[in-house]
Amino acid sequence: MNDPGGDPAVPPAPHLGEPTAPVEVRGLAEVLRRERRQVLASLTRLTGNLDLAEDAVQEASIIALATWPRTGLPPNPRAWLIVAAKHRAIDELRREAARPGKEKEAITLALHQAPDDFPVGVLRDDQLRLIFTCCHPALAPEAQVALSLRVLCGLSVAEVAGLLLVPEATMSKRLTRARGKIAAAGIRYRVPDAAELPERMRQVATTVFLLFTEGYASRSAGLHERRQLAEEAVRLGRLLVALLPGEAVLEGLLATMLLQHSRREARFDAAGDIVLLADQDRARWDRALAAEGVTRAAEAIRLSSVVPERFAVVAAIAACHALAADAAATDWRSIVAWYDVLVVLDPSPVVRLNRAAAVAESGEAALALAEVEALTGLEGYFWWHASRAELLRRLGRREEASAAAVVAAGLTESAAQRRLLARRYP
Amino acid sequence: MPSYVALIYTPDVDWSAPEYAGEMAEYGAFGEAAASVIRGGAALYHTPTATTVRVTGGKGGDVVLSDGPYAETKEALTGFYLLECTDLDEAIRVAAMIPGAWSGAVEVRPALPMTAPPESATAAEAPAHSSDARPTSVTT
Repeated sequence: MNDPGGDPAVPPAPHLGEPTAPVEVRGLAEVLRRERRQVLASLTRLTGNLDLAEDAVQEASIIALATWPRTGLPPNPRAWLIVAAKHRAIDELRREAARPGKEKEAITLALHQAPDDFPVGVLRDDQLRLIFTCCHPALAPEAQVALSLRVLCGLSVAEVAGLLLVPEATMSKRLTRARGKIAAAGIRYRVPDAAELPERMRQVATTVFLLFTEGYASRSAGLHERRQLAEEAVRLGRLLVALLPGEAVLEGLLATMLLQHSRREARFDAAGDIVLLADQDRARWDRALAAEGVTRAAEAIRLSSVVPERFAVVAAIAACHALAADAAATDWRSIVAWYDVLVVLDPSPVVRLNRAAAVAESGEAALALAEVEALTGLEGYFWWHASRAELLRRLGRREEASAAAVVAAGLTESAAQRRLLARRYP
Repeated sequence: MPSYVALIYTPDVDWSAPEYAGEMAEYGAFGEAAASVIRGGAALYHTPTATTVRVTGGKGGDVVLSDGPYAETKEALTGFYLLECTDLDEAIRVAAMIPGAWSGAVEVRPALPMTAPPESATAAEAPAHSSDARPTSVTT
């Protein structure tokens, strides 16, 4: 086969325009971070193989970091990186022994024939393909979360392992297994068709939210890890809304994350202890983030069809809190009303438990306790016992409250939660 | 196109018993609906008819038999299909139409393509210039 691509060892910069002035390496790393996912998404489509694409993009980034400080930033860094990554992939295919020759030829041909830059529509679809592949429901949720951090957020295996609190070797195995399943089981790199799209979007939203809550409430991670995970999730939420605008579920997801994240500074005190919503210093809430969250929550409700999206309703509840100047001003009746909608969408005992908590806040502690105690299947659930403890305390049944708190303490791995229980229900 | 095996796990049943006629009719309907992707398959006699074979000490060792299925579980392997689908999503869509998925579970497993078809052994012995010689790369 002819090789129209020239010598892949030569950096492909010259034909992509005159370099601009030399730039600092720090700025270069930022450009790489920004372009990486797009370049990876396009390379994955061209090669049909996530592993091959990841290696090629990694090598292209290393070449860029070695070349750009000398030549300056190319006028179109993305096209530069795509060309470099295509050459690395072709190189890698030549070296590989395991892949059948015919497949190698087909991929090499696709790489040679592909343009150096793609129209906006193709770029957008490439990113969506990558997202829907990483969040495919045939992959275990923890594998989806790990792949999303590695592939979509561009974190290293060590970083992903650190953030999710697993040893690096375990994380490396988990990622290898997930990529192996994508390749062997034939999870195709594609955007779901119109009929599947709503359900698949909900699954992507669930995965991104899992990533967010892992950061927001992770059991033993430090503050830094928690915050970084939550911020990666918010970034993915923004990307989703940009790629698929006008979708209630995605607006609702982003709104929910923004509203919860706006309270991040107030959720823990100086000693790292949990501060309950009612006791939080609202001056420490991020007002700009909360305002955006409220706007997006309203948009999510507006975009919902007859049956609202679950994330839109969750966002509406979070927005009710954000709109209250202080805890006493919280409109609990509206919150209970939103929970009534949520219970219809998701009648699970956990949602009913949260609704009961809102009922208690609206002044009906006895009614709330009756509802909590009527729930079954939550005997091993921390929040069921913690809620009981709180309701019993409010009703003046101190001994029963502290007994419930002891059971709750045995069900959490969080030292901060145990300290809170011991303090509040002596 | 990738091949998938759909392994059907349901409560152990004796398909030949008359009370399963209705379910067999459902399978007949599935067979017609999915005819374009079904490459093979079978309903299995119930597990008491199974014999599990092991060879101890590796190749050529003693053949040890046990009466019954490989694993005694509440739900047993009661049938399978070989499917040829464009990707996992299509295979899952087809698997969801298998009646066994409604009462039990269907495991969808990609099947490794057999790289050397049976006739390639003889083809490799044919003269290299033979026009019908199969590509030899599969055997190297």
